[in-house]
Amino acid sequence: MNNRLLAYPFDANLIMRKAKALRRDLSASANLIEKRIAVLGGSTTHDVIAMLELFLLDNGIKPVFYESEYNQWWEDGVFGNAELDVFKPDVVYIHTSVRNVKTWPAIAADAAAGDLAGETVGKWRAVWEKIAEKFKCPVIQNNFEYLPYRLLGNLDAVDRRGRVEFVTRLNAGFAEYARTHDGVYLNDINWQAADFGLARWHDEAYWCMYKYAMGKAAIPVVAFNAANIIKALFGKNKKALALDLDNTLWGGVVGDDGPENLELGTETAVGQCYTEFQEYLKELGRTGVLLNVISKNEPENAKAGMNHPQMVIKEGDFISVKANWEPKSENLKAMARELTLLPESFVFVDDNPAEREIIRQQVPGAAVPEIVQVENYISAVDHGGWFEPVKISGDDLKRNAMYSENAQRAQLQSSFADYGAYLDSLEMKATIKPFEQVYMSRIAQLTNKSNQFNLTTKRYTQEEIVRTAADAAFVTRYGRLEDRFGDNGVVAISIGEMKGDAMELVLWLMSCRVLKRDMEFAMMDEMVAEAKARGAKTVRGFYYPTAKNGMVRNFYATQGFTKMSEDALGNAVWELDIAGGYEPKNRHIKIERS
Amino acid sequence: MDRTEVYSRLKGVFADVFDREVELKDETTAADVPGWDSLTHITLIGAVEDEFDVKFAMKDVVGMKNVGEMVDKIIELADE
Repeated sequence: MNNRLLAYPFDANLIMRKAKALRRDLSASANLIEKRIAVLGGSTTHDVIAMLELFLLDNGIKPVFYESEYNQWWEDGVFGNAELDVFKPDVVYIHTSVRNVKTWPAIAADAAAGDLAGETVGKWRAVWEKIAEKFKCPVIQNNFEYLPYRLLGNLDAVDRRGRVEFVTRLNAGFAEYARTHDGVYLNDINWQAADFGLARWHDEAYWCMYKYAMGKAAIPVVAFNAANIIKALFGKNKKALALDLDNTLWGGVVGDDGPENLELGTETAVGQCYTEFQEYLKELGRTGVLLNVISKNEPENAKAGMNHPQMVIKEGDFISVKANWEPKSENLKAMARELTLLPESFVFVDDNPAEREIIRQQVPGAAVPEIVQVENYISAVDHGGWFEPVKISGDDLKRNAMYSENAQRAQLQSSFADYGAYLDSLEMKATIKPFEQVYMSRIAQLTNKSNQFNLTTKRYTQEEIVRTAADAAFVTRYGRLEDRFGDNGVVAISIGEMKGDAMELVLWLMSCRVLKRDMEFAMMDEMVAEAKARGAKTVRGFYYPTAKNGMVRNFYATQGFTKMSEDALGNAVWELDIAGGYEPKNRHIKIERS
Repeated sequence: MDRTEVYSRLKGVFADVFDREVELKDETTAADVPGWDSLTHITLIGAVEDEFDVKFAMKDVVGMKNVGEMVDKIIELADE
């Protein structure tokens, strides 16, 4: 999120007008990852694609597009076409709308007869199934917005022949499918149209003249939402909030006004707004977003405010609290280091425009919503789409707990002089096994989210993970780590490919939340044991440098490998001879195996 | 609003939409401007409407023959 014009709340008309210049500027950024996106449209998709491209570029994704011929979404989807087959999409986006509903319940018909809604959903389902079978890639599907008229007035929402009622049923059918099938994601244009204003959303002239499914100003909204889903699928979501305190979480300045005079709670209108904002943030925390504080305050004043009886978010709900007078940009960078996150994984929420500007300049990549009036705080944080969950995993729900357990571990560590004794005191138990069905989505998620402790930064879709696990030429292992403070979940993934008498480590990654716990040694022990069992004499590792994985440049050296080659860009090949034996390196983790 | 002012603001709109300076006079048509295809035309009409805070009727959009007629229509709508 680097371009101010593309940040919510954006001026849709201005983006459309300046699209060419924006595209030129954004395409010049470094480190873009290329993704192939097929847009199958039920209306004119030219501007949808132009806008999608801008929002994806802004998220570090350089899209290459396939665009179906006008209104060929169903034909392309069901029957395919040669150009699309060759294109091999990474994502298929089906941009249909209420304009593509061709058969409506007849007014003259018996209201109870038939299942037209089921048949209509079935027409779309045929496309989703075909795409899943053929391309094994995620599908993003628009649901339906309401029509701009109601033949039956308010009864339209009640009677089975009403179109409001019919659209509601179609949307329920779409949602049901997406809920029960991995890889299908809804772009909820029904909600977007309501939020935007249905009367402004529909533009009959644009439909009749240009076959635009929605008015021009609504197109960036649809594309913004679709782009948010795509960037989430490719691991570009933000992970944490850094929240200011004074006039952000409560009204007033605690150091000047005293904690007893803060505006918070339901007694005043302003206090009510701050309370509702906190309730929103607390729920966001429950979805796995980490809540943190960066405040210019004396630590004891900040603490007094956070212990205000009307605080919805309690002091213990925050993972990291920085209350001091250092520049906020420095605090944010230090916080990122402590939590082993990247600074650009943060959304920085502060009522002070000067602080926002410092973060924008000093921490490029961090998201900085324009919060202006407390009554608009929720909308400003919510509509940015930075945390867009495509799925809520068990790990997401436990994430805040896991990070506060980490804080407890850090405390324990400081009480031990010897690091090995500390590791033993954690009573760690790891499960290291070949990929299992229940973890496929978490494994795919990790391959897309892990940037720092990742040797080859190879990204996989869930379908590719499933295929690799089933392929006898590959050795797959996931590692799950528990200790006395809790379950860290699946935190390490390794994939080896058998090549003659060598095993090549095509993927090696670990979540930074278990750095320095010896988990990487436990994983290597297991991989080497399997390589030996399969008759390998050599284990070959690769390091491909990226902007973010400098921390593992010498990973294979610490594992006892020898560097065989390194090119000018730093791409290196390492080898470990296992024919002469291998000494297991894990000393502190008890292992449960396949 | 006089024609000179309309032309000057119109040139700004064209410069954004085409991402370069475009020579405009009354007789200019889409055929005279490289890149002015039917899809760009849609973006252009939208951007012109925003610039002058006017909304063309469908029959106006369909009926405009050249830049001069567009300017006439803008002046007519803006003066209402």
